[in-house]
Amino acid sequence: MKPWGRTMKRGLPALVLGWCLTFPALAEPYRPAADDEVLESLPARGENWRELRELRQKVKENPADPGPAMTLVRRYVELGRAESDPRYYGHAEAVLASWLRAAEPSPEALTLRATLLQNRHEFAKALEDLSRALARQPRLAQAWLTRAVILEVQGNYPAALNSCLPLARLASPLTSAVCLNSALSLSGQGDFAYQRLGLALAQTEADGPEILWAQVTAAEIAERLGRFDEAERHYRKALGLNLKNAYLWATYADFLLDRERPKEVLNLLKNETRPDNLLLRLTLAEQRLGSPALSAHVDALKARFAASRLRGDTTHQGDEARFTLHLLNEPIRALELAKANWAVQREPRDARILLESALAAGRNDSAQPVLDFIAQSRLQDVRLRGLGDRIMANSR
Amino acid sequence: MKALLLSLVLGLWAACAQAHKPSDSYLSLKVEGDSVQGRWDIALRDLDYAIGLDANDDGAITWGELRTRQDAINAYALTRLHIAADGKDCPARADDMLVDEHTDGKYAVLGFLAPCSGEPQTLAIVYELFFDLDPQHRGLLRVERDGRTDTAIFGPDTKRFELTRSAPRDPWREFLGFGHEGVWHIWIGYDHILFLLSLLLPAALVMEAGEWRAACGFRRAFWDVFKIVTAFTLAHSLTLSLAVLRFVELPSRWVESAIAASVAAAALNNLYPMFQRRRAALAFAFGLIHGLGFAAVLLDLGLPDNLRLLGLVGFNLGVEAGQLAIVGVSLPLIYGLSRYELYSPLVLKLGSVCIAGVAFLWLAERGFDLRLMAF
Repeated sequence: MKPWGRTMKRGLPALVLGWCLTFPALAEPYRPAADDEVLESLPARGENWRELRELRQKVKENPADPGPAMTLVRRYVELGRAESDPRYYGHAEAVLASWLRAAEPSPEALTLRATLLQNRHEFAKALEDLSRALARQPRLAQAWLTRAVILEVQGNYPAALNSCLPLARLASPLTSAVCLNSALSLSGQGDFAYQRLGLALAQTEADGPEILWAQVTAAEIAERLGRFDEAERHYRKALGLNLKNAYLWATYADFLLDRERPKEVLNLLKNETRPDNLLLRLTLAEQRLGSPALSAHVDALKARFAASRLRGDTTHQGDEARFTLHLLNEPIRALELAKANWAVQREPRDARILLESALAAGRNDSAQPVLDFIAQSRLQDVRLRGLGDRIMANSR
Repeated sequence: MKALLLSLVLGLWAACAQAHKPSDSYLSLKVEGDSVQGRWDIALRDLDYAIGLDANDDGAITWGELRTRQDAINAYALTRLHIAADGKDCPARADDMLVDEHTDGKYAVLGFLAPCSGEPQTLAIVYELFFDLDPQHRGLLRVERDGRTDTAIFGPDTKRFELTRSAPRDPWREFLGFGHEGVWHIWIGYDHILFLLSLLLPAALVMEAGEWRAACGFRRAFWDVFKIVTAFTLAHSLTLSLAVLRFVELPSRWVESAIAASVAAAALNNLYPMFQRRRAALAFAFGLIHGLGFAAVLLDLGLPDNLRLLGLVGFNLGVEAGQLAIVGVSLPLIYGLSRYELYSPLVLKLGSVCIAGVAFLWLAERGFDLRLMAF
């Protein structure tokens, strides 16, 4: 009954299936009317671009010198971050390629490749590169940190903690504190970790991006502990730094959505429609407000997810599950996506969308692995606890 | 060092929330006779990175700048695409260049024609665009041949795709396939079944002085049903054809809601007869809407142009066959049961109440996008 039932809902069995499988209908191409019609604005002109051009030139002139090449790779990665644009990662990979063909690639090149692999959620390969790099150069702070972040995303908190420990000697006190306390807060020591991170923040002389990272981490810990006013204060301090950071905006938008403040999300993100993750939050806010842009943005997201699925990309499954559950209202498909996502990454937000989808789809059994994980890791999160309680109540 | 450490960490995180789109191109080929027609959509950003399009370095690519680079673009792209028929090159000749928009911006649309020396049995495509500049670039291929579509993804490790001509599709099997889909859709389409049932329930009765009474003779009931079914069939075949041939297009939510409404109306008509003598007319009017529902299903099955008529006829016959099977089973039952006193209150009235109830739920669900029922 169930599968028919679902198709019956729309009366169009093939609709959902068809949507998943079809090549995007190629639109009708056109001939622009005038020569001065602007077709595309290129990103990162100005200073960045000049710097990149010079670096590329240097790399070309000194093909045997790793210095300029590694600098160029790093600049591409940083730009990819700032603009949240994966094309830069591709360019970085191309520059890196010849240095990785060496019999024994340098620890730095391996660490950079691990970063690129991590971007594509190829965590196992990334960890392998990091191990190789650290075997050759155990004092490579970047490799320890990247390793800790990946292990944390995978939900392996004890291992993440271990990878943070060397940073106490190799990196700044704040970096080390953020790394350690983030992992601690996720494994049952939320209050302690929050307090320690607060102390580190109070004593630091660090600047810009490091503070932003620490404030956002503190905000997330406070949120998981249900201390929303404190979370808000951290978010505001992070925003006050005026640094462009898509992750900060996305988590703060989620915070505002949870606090039923969609109007502020609209103000925060109304011009941020290019990154999919920000467009998703904006669209969720528009849904709550019944805003007229809603359906256009839903269509845009649908097209973007379809486009990335077409190239075999599965890094968006977590966001796609949220989109499918809350905006398309298809809990069963959302649950499948959330489960596939959970197999790869296990941050609290990944647990959350899986529990939400399982609840909406009435499939408590699917939630069990996540509930087990939460119990086992002693992950503290008031939002997850609420969802878990509802699932337990349903099962009775 | 510290700044670098951090910038990488901030990014590690940002990466968990990827955005924008990695580089893709869309290559669409159509094999007709001994030549291959191509359409290749390549992002302007990628072309600019590879060969430079922004002549005046102002960060904006205009149509003028793109147009003057047309030859360079064709030379760059087409030397990185090799099409061969049975081992012999089909050299691509550039045609017109246009522009199109994808989710991440504007693309140059290269049209080209690649004549082969004969009708290819095996078509080989080797794709090498941009991999040296961006190993994450992917070429998304679609090949159409003999009404069939194949797709593939080119990457640095999968640069080659081969397509061997399969036996031409057997039209008879295609026809049966569509027929099968038609039967299946009627079978799982509770709304169509309930609509038909609502019209059939009173078939062996007559309305006399506001009360349903059993009518005499199977023949009468049979002709009554025959008229209703024929009217329904004519109407839905008409709109099904119009919609599949793209003469009519209505939003699916509207159509689905109207179908639910038609079920409700047909059921209510049994309780508060308004059209008891003209149920065939009712069947015709609402059949027009059901046809649009059938069309949506058929269109979603993906009808290649050359199979459009075949698919339409096959699917329609399948729908009729499924419908006849339902009538064939229910008519004797309805006739047999209607000889009992309790038929009118229990089967006809209670049944119609239930059907109307279900239909109203559907209507609410479809019209207002609510979710009420388990199915």
